[in-house]
Amino acid sequence: MDSPQKVHVEFEGVSKSYDGRTVVVRDLDLAVYEGEFLTLLGPSGSGKTTCLMMLAGFQTPTSGTIRIGGRAVDDLPPRKRDIGVVFQNYALFPHMTVGENLSFPLEVRGMEPRQIRERVRGALELVRLEGLEGRRPGELSGGQQQRVAIARALVFEPALVLMDEPLGALDRRLREEMQYEVRRIQRRLGVTVVYVTHDQQEAMAMSDRVAVFQRGRIEQVAPPEALYEEPQREFVARFIGDNNLLRGKVVGVEGDFCRVEVGGQIVTAFRVVPCEVGDPVSVAIRPERVAVAPEPGLYGNEFDAGIDDITFLGDHLRLRMTVCDTPDFIAKIPNIVGHGAVLEGDRVRVGWTLTDGRVLEPDGPETGSK
Amino acid sequence: MSGNSWGRVGRLGYLAYCSAVFLFLTAPILVIVPLSFNVEPYFTFTEGMLSLDPQAYSLRWYRTVAEDPQWLRALANSLVIGFAATALATALGTLAALGLSNPAMPGRSLAMSLLISPMVTPVIISAAGMFFFYSDLGLAQTYPGLILAHTALGTPFVVITVTATLSGFDPNLTRAAASLGAGPVRTFRRVQLPLIAPGVISGALFAFATSFDEVVTVLFIGGLDQRTIPRQMWAGIREQISPAILAVATVLIAFALLLMVVVEWLRRRGNAKPA
Repeated sequence: MDSPQKVHVEFEGVSKSYDGRTVVVRDLDLAVYEGEFLTLLGPSGSGKTTCLMMLAGFQTPTSGTIRIGGRAVDDLPPRKRDIGVVFQNYALFPHMTVGENLSFPLEVRGMEPRQIRERVRGALELVRLEGLEGRRPGELSGGQQQRVAIARALVFEPALVLMDEPLGALDRRLREEMQYEVRRIQRRLGVTVVYVTHDQQEAMAMSDRVAVFQRGRIEQVAPPEALYEEPQREFVARFIGDNNLLRGKVVGVEGDFCRVEVGGQIVTAFRVVPCEVGDPVSVAIRPERVAVAPEPGLYGNEFDAGIDDITFLGDHLRLRMTVCDTPDFIAKIPNIVGHGAVLEGDRVRVGWTLTDGRVLEPDGPETGSK
Repeated sequence: MSGNSWGRVGRLGYLAYCSAVFLFLTAPILVIVPLSFNVEPYFTFTEGMLSLDPQAYSLRWYRTVAEDPQWLRALANSLVIGFAATALATALGTLAALGLSNPAMPGRSLAMSLLISPMVTPVIISAAGMFFFYSDLGLAQTYPGLILAHTALGTPFVVITVTATLSGFDPNLTRAAASLGAGPVRTFRRVQLPLIAPGVISGALFAFATSFDEVVTVLFIGGLDQRTIPRQMWAGIREQISPAILAVATVLIAFALLLMVVVEWLRRRGNAKPA
């Protein structure tokens, strides 16, 4: 993802409202690069599926323009867009065999029967379902149906493939296996994939970049690592992984760091977004970066904490504490000190480095809590 | 123990009651069947019939019907009008149901009630209205006129059965077909029609049965040339009371039964299909 990339899909100022009152997608700008695996991640109703449907051509933007390969597709019907779509419920034709399902897009394109047979065989090989041409979808397992749906979306060699929560109906193990499979196929073919999910782990595991949706807007677009390490807004910090959020006011800015007053104490944190003295901000700290009862003076931030409860989770302990007057402050400590080293009701010192605390824009009043 | 035996009595009583209802509903129809084999030209059971004397039964009325050019003409008319009206009603009704299944279509419920209205309007009113309307257009006493009239009466059945089938139809299948490059006609032929076929066929059977049984619009719109079987029966009852009508009725009952069996079979097949 380092060389300059060609833009494949572009949303420019796209808005969508179904009834003219409720806005589902709000003035959205987004670029998808060629060969990229981009995931639209967000809670249900955040507009991610609507974006996918507009890109496929099943919905029309209320305003704004979508470009595919530089060309505006506003007037292009779905069948002329040459986009492979994998639906949440697979949408395999139940009255056709697997072979007929895969041949369908090729027959539409007027391909020779011999060539069709070759392509169908190749596509089934790609999804590891060789020899199942004669079965009907109803005779296949959920995972197999999913593979057929993927094969059907790829068999006519579209440059762009859209997937709408394709693994949502599978159980966890199959899901993880399919995540890997989908990624392997995408890498091998080099197609651009726009993938929709509400599962952040799935998004992290599969994507080159993730666009986090919330209330019809994109909160942040970034590679998974950056999203985890450098969330820019509170919503992203809370949505991707766990995060402790301390709300306070900026009282001093020094280079890349600023000092934030939280519950009468001063927290020093890394400045991800620009801020000035007096700004209300949130400081986010990952629970696994919090050290409990560290050697004094080791960390740039050290505070007293009261342990409210402890949950034993096998490989780690989860401590719920009150820090800087903020309850529900979570720390995860690895299970190496042994269960019982800290007890509920104990008062301990906690600490984290200057860079592990990050200053974020708090959610505006219109976005509220999760 | 006593609760158990009371349950049994209750169940028997319930069975008896249901049987009585069924008998009440079907007896007037069933009584026609043996009478149609009467050797005598009467509408009543003869002593020979009651004592199950084989001599008292015959197929003479069936032969009479089969040899009578008027009945044969009526049969031909019924078939021609029935098939033509069924074809039209099926095509129009299926198209209407497809359109009405689109949630984006404005005025859906109004269009639906208008399309269904021939089912709830008394036939005599539709028939009278059609008579005046068709007379002005020169369609009265013509085959096209009668075919159109029966099409109007049969279409609601197709709309209803196809709409019912479409309610279980996954709209993503249509989207999938479009994303794979298929136009609307190909999508209909290859994806929608095969899946809604049970609804289309049972709608067609209902439309055919409607046309085949219909007498009121035939009385108004049909001329002498367009006498159908029910119209011929009507004439037969008024003009020459002959058990030949019972023979025809028996054939019609058998035919209707066959249609119902086919419809039920289609319905079960449609339900058994995995979603």
